[in-house]
Amino acid sequence: MAQIIIKNLRKDFGDFTAVKSSSFTIEDGEFFMLLGPSGCGKTTTLRMIAGLEMPTAGEVFIDGEEVSQKRASERDIAFVFQMFALYPHLNVQQNISYPLKSQGMPKAQIKVKVAEVAKILGIEHILNKPVGGLSGGDRQRVALGRAIVREPKAFMMDEPLGALDAEFREHMSQELRTLHDQMGATTVYVTHDQLEAMQMGDKIVVMNHGSVEQFGVPQDIYDWPATMFVANFIGSPSMNFLHFEGTVATGDTSISFDGQSFDIPAQLSTASGKLVMGVRPEHVVLQDDSAYRGEVTATEYLGTTQIVTLDTPNGILKARTPATQVANVGDTIGLDFNPRTITLFDETTGEALLSKANKGVLDHG
Amino acid sequence: MSGFSVTEPSKRQKWIAGILVITYAVVTLMPLLWIIATGFKSPEDSISYPPKVIFQPTLEGYVNLFTTQTRITPNMKDTLAEPDSWYEQIVRDKNMVIAGPSRYGQRFLNSVIIGFGSTFLSIFLGTLAAYAFSRFKVPIKDDLLFFILSTRMMPPIAVAIPIFLMYRQLGLSDTHLGMILLYTAVNLSLSVWLLKGFIDEIPLEYEEAALIDGYTRFQAFYKVVLPQAATGIASTAIFCLIFAWNEYAFAVLLTSGEAQTAPPFIPTIIGVGGQDWPAVAAGATIFLIPVMIFTIFLRKHLLRGITFGAVRK
Repeated sequence: MAQIIIKNLRKDFGDFTAVKSSSFTIEDGEFFMLLGPSGCGKTTTLRMIAGLEMPTAGEVFIDGEEVSQKRASERDIAFVFQMFALYPHLNVQQNISYPLKSQGMPKAQIKVKVAEVAKILGIEHILNKPVGGLSGGDRQRVALGRAIVREPKAFMMDEPLGALDAEFREHMSQELRTLHDQMGATTVYVTHDQLEAMQMGDKIVVMNHGSVEQFGVPQDIYDWPATMFVANFIGSPSMNFLHFEGTVATGDTSISFDGQSFDIPAQLSTASGKLVMGVRPEHVVLQDDSAYRGEVTATEYLGTTQIVTLDTPNGILKARTPATQVANVGDTIGLDFNPRTITLFDETTGEALLSKANKGVLDHG
Repeated sequence: MSGFSVTEPSKRQKWIAGILVITYAVVTLMPLLWIIATGFKSPEDSISYPPKVIFQPTLEGYVNLFTTQTRITPNMKDTLAEPDSWYEQIVRDKNMVIAGPSRYGQRFLNSVIIGFGSTFLSIFLGTLAAYAFSRFKVPIKDDLLFFILSTRMMPPIAVAIPIFLMYRQLGLSDTHLGMILLYTAVNLSLSVWLLKGFIDEIPLEYEEAALIDGYTRFQAFYKVVLPQAATGIASTAIFCLIFAWNEYAFAVLLTSGEAQTAPPFIPTIIGVGGQDWPAVAAGATIFLIPVMIFTIFLRKHLLRGITFGAVRK
């Protein structure tokens, strides 16, 4: 088990830069999510940690040792591939024992180890089957078995649930998390599914265009996004952006546009020009005595809550409200926002403006 | 019902299909059956008209194929002891005696050495080259692949004269090594291209998994990639062997004794004391057997689907 430190890691493929100078630390035993849209460099980062790609520049420390130029086989890490990559010419037992064979472990000991792992994963009954006929879930378990059998320093997982049916994914993600908690091994997990990242991760790195956008625990990232990209990528529906032109100064606790004034967390910076007020759908309050109004264009009923889509002078806005609240298409409804959860962004840079509320989160990463 | 729907064929359709398949099989197998039958005919039966379908089988053709014989006078025949084997008896009945073994066995062995040797070399070099082209960043890769393919673009025999002169200078004429190298050179473009296609289809993840599992690149290649490529290797090997085995033009030109293969030798059986068609047919029949065995042996590898389902696509 090990701590993994990434320092200024960079990867170029010809003229294309896949990863631009990323830095973050994965603590020992953490379930760590690399999250981002496809092509953002998350898989390349994972492959550099694993040793399947050599970085163009930068350092990777696993358990205190600098390994960026070492071969994958010398790093003592396990990798679970999205497509499982079980050796098709071997059966389940042989697949799981393959990494032990390369270490030259005696046969009897291998057998004991494989049996142990099979028991943990509940796959004892398929040990002698060829991998070709297995169900998706069983293949996933065999791939995990092959990873955990050698007790590596860390696990790398490249969208391991991506190839499973939606229904089964839920189940498998719980199984994975439970397994991680049992073993306490450092795990780096790549996904493009923000929900999966929030559910399973101890910490999340959000990447975009090869850069780290934000790094932190799921709740901080959800509540206090560092950039408009993160705000938009995380949460469903995503954070609302109300676009306006105006000025904020250090110490401001309210902001006004369209003749309306809104309370905001005390600001710690100054900005002017094109600004954006970001507010999560659940922090929009439909309140008829408010002067700021929007027209309902759609409603989605979700059982206990509903998503109300409104057309406002500053853009489309989605509100998550109790299902009992009356909102009919065509109505014009007053809107209010919970002031403690608002983040302001500078639209040109896309970055969040520092306030008393998000200072703690944005300062550390 | 749309024109493309799949329906169970009717009984009549099945009958028609069956008859067509059997007819086709008979047409293609006829020459083969004819050759095998001729090998067991006597010289008289082999040239009788109309051709005999039912005849008294004899091994005379095979005995003639493997031996050289000398005619003896009736006087001399009386002085000789009774023949002590069935093949000597066959020869003696024609007023001949066996003078020694023929060169067929030796020529056949040459074919085996050269055919299998060049097939092995083509596959060995082809697999390594195909793997490199498939997996590594090779400078001017596309140009190199095109160059390799371009060696196939003219009939090899077009360069027969330069090769003949070159081989004479290098002392490769009429040697096993010379023929193995020649057939390998001709087959290599085929094997590189075919095998590259097969290796391209093997997902890179298998090797990466092996690298992570603690194996070196070369171990990953031979423990993981090679078993996956078995299908491709088997079919490529069959193509290579069939070419080398059947090749006639270069064999005529470049071999005459030591390294002569069976194809140029078999026709020379005709003509020594009349046209001995049964011996020619016997030579051809035996010549068919190794390729047949090789193909049957590798047949199970030709069945696709070994890798099916292990990687979800």
